[in-house]
Amino acid sequence: MTVKLKVNGAVHEVDADPATPLLYVLREDLELNAAKYGCGLGQCGSCMVLVDGEATLSCVVPILALGEREITTLEGLGTVEDPAPIQSAFIELQAAQCGYCIPGMMMSAQALLQRNASPSDQEIRDALRTNLCRCGTHMRILAAIRRASEMMSAGAPSNRRAG
Amino acid sequence: MRIRSLVFIAVVLAGAAGAFFLVWRPEIPVQAQAQAQSFDPALIAKGRELAAVGNCIACHTVPGGEAFAGGLAIPTPFGTIHSTNITPDRETGIGGWSLAAFTRSMREGVDRAGNHLYPAFPYDHYRLVSDADNEALYAYLMTRAPVRQDALANDLVFPLGFRPLIAGWKLLFLEAAGFTPDPSKSQEWNRGAYLAEGLGHCGGCHTPRNALGAQDPDRHFAGGEAEGWQAYAINASSPAPIPWDREALAFYLRHGWHELHGVSRGPMAEVTGNLAGLPDSDIDAIATYVADVMGEPSTERRQQAERLRQDVGAPERTGGDADTLAVPPDVAGMPGAALYAAACATCHESGRPLPFGGLDFRLSTAVNAPSPQNIVTVTLFGLPPADGEASSVMPGFAGALSDQQVADVLAYMRTRFSSGTPWPDVAEMTRRTRSGEHKVVVRPSDGIERAPLNVGVEIGP
Repeated sequence: MTVKLKVNGAVHEVDADPATPLLYVLREDLELNAAKYGCGLGQCGSCMVLVDGEATLSCVVPILALGEREITTLEGLGTVEDPAPIQSAFIELQAAQCGYCIPGMMMSAQALLQRNASPSDQEIRDALRTNLCRCGTHMRILAAIRRASEMMSAGAPSNRRAG
Repeated sequence: MRIRSLVFIAVVLAGAAGAFFLVWRPEIPVQAQAQAQSFDPALIAKGRELAAVGNCIACHTVPGGEAFAGGLAIPTPFGTIHSTNITPDRETGIGGWSLAAFTRSMREGVDRAGNHLYPAFPYDHYRLVSDADNEALYAYLMTRAPVRQDALANDLVFPLGFRPLIAGWKLLFLEAAGFTPDPSKSQEWNRGAYLAEGLGHCGGCHTPRNALGAQDPDRHFAGGEAEGWQAYAINASSPAPIPWDREALAFYLRHGWHELHGVSRGPMAEVTGNLAGLPDSDIDAIATYVADVMGEPSTERRQQAERLRQDVGAPERTGGDADTLAVPPDVAGMPGAALYAAACATCHESGRPLPFGGLDFRLSTAVNAPSPQNIVTVTLFGLPPADGEASSVMPGFAGALSDQQVADVLAYMRTRFSSGTPWPDVAEMTRRTRSGEHKVVVRPSDGIERAPLNVGVEIGP
């Protein structure tokens, strides 16, 4: 069955069972591989994307639920040449070790910063509560999000690819 | 004429005197010395357990803040009340309070200076606490770390900011102090009644309130509300598909979950988080009492529960590659069916046991409850994970599902997993809950944020 999905500003038609989790479609059909498969149960956060700006676990959301809503993946925020503030900040602070959880961390942080450009430390911790990291770079992740918050507060657009 | 005037003046004076005696409470002098060193460690230890029963820390601590320093905003139908600082700081806490002042506050809802306290502080229950237990609680609180933190102003609807009005409320609703045991019941039952009706203040959430915010004694434990959550009925009208019994209650109160009932969440998670530090005898006593209030289920209800228990124990699987339950054909076409199968069944029909697996909805009190508020809240916001320890967790679906989709999924679940009548206006309730118009406080499943360990309060021997 053909399902229409609006991802990173473009409408895609995919041939998939409507019950398919969004994550599978992103990775397998659209080759957007930033969102990762971690637990498949919505418990680790590595598959986080934005749906209408809200952090959403793509492994537990069937595509039939999405309709016209705007899906944003990490690829939709910026490119290697022109990274978004959240991406620049994670690179600058070297917040990744193995890196598997990092796209999910960035998307949770992005959702937070889009609704609250200067969050407190507690607000950052609360927003990233559903994102697990097993390497232990948490302090650098926190620092990177604070850095991204500074960059956005100084006027950098939060999304480099937004029209 | 003169006599009439005199009578009139006498009546006015008598009325004024009556009002004065109703409202006025004397200040109890500031206690001269901090007495931290003079408490018996055994008394402090006893006070720690009692404070856990009273769940004092939950209201008197802001998550992540200093234990017992107050400042938590408590939403009520009459406005927002901020909890006070009950650390032994002499300026901003209760460091200057004598035992007499402390005991009076517990029984009469009056602070040391003589001001009436709002019944958000559940003195309508704490009035039952014995002298000896008040002394232990006092010893425990007076030996906590003093924190200098001023109370925040309350934000109540006019004219409730005027505290003398509370005296009128007490005249109507506050009964005399002291617990009267029921000689026809066992010692354990009486201990449970003392704890549950007194410090435990179960009725504070589980008994419905009247228009003036007082608990309705004719509807004891018939279900109420707390911090935007439904506190289910815990009397004969309990909506649990499998009736609670003493053993299930004791396990649930001790561990914060039960395999036939699910996990505690919302404000109840703080209660079970606190009770974890209590001796078995007290947990068993509370369970004995509450199970007795619930009463023996009817034969019909017992038989239904027995059938359900067998079904759940040996689930009928669809076979093939599907590892989920067979879907009755009459619900398969409902709009929420596909969403349920794709988004919910993967965890809730996986067969993974509690507390880490999803509850089989046939056992769910939330699906069988009169109001869908709790399941709307959990569907939107999930169960956040606890910091630093294993806990039940569920992802929130606020970002994924629209109000109408939430309503569709819940209508499907209600039809399939409950014999209750359909819930009206679920989409509108979802909208109000999502937007914050209906305020609901979401915390981790075991209340770990404000459980004693996490706010630096020692627990243990």
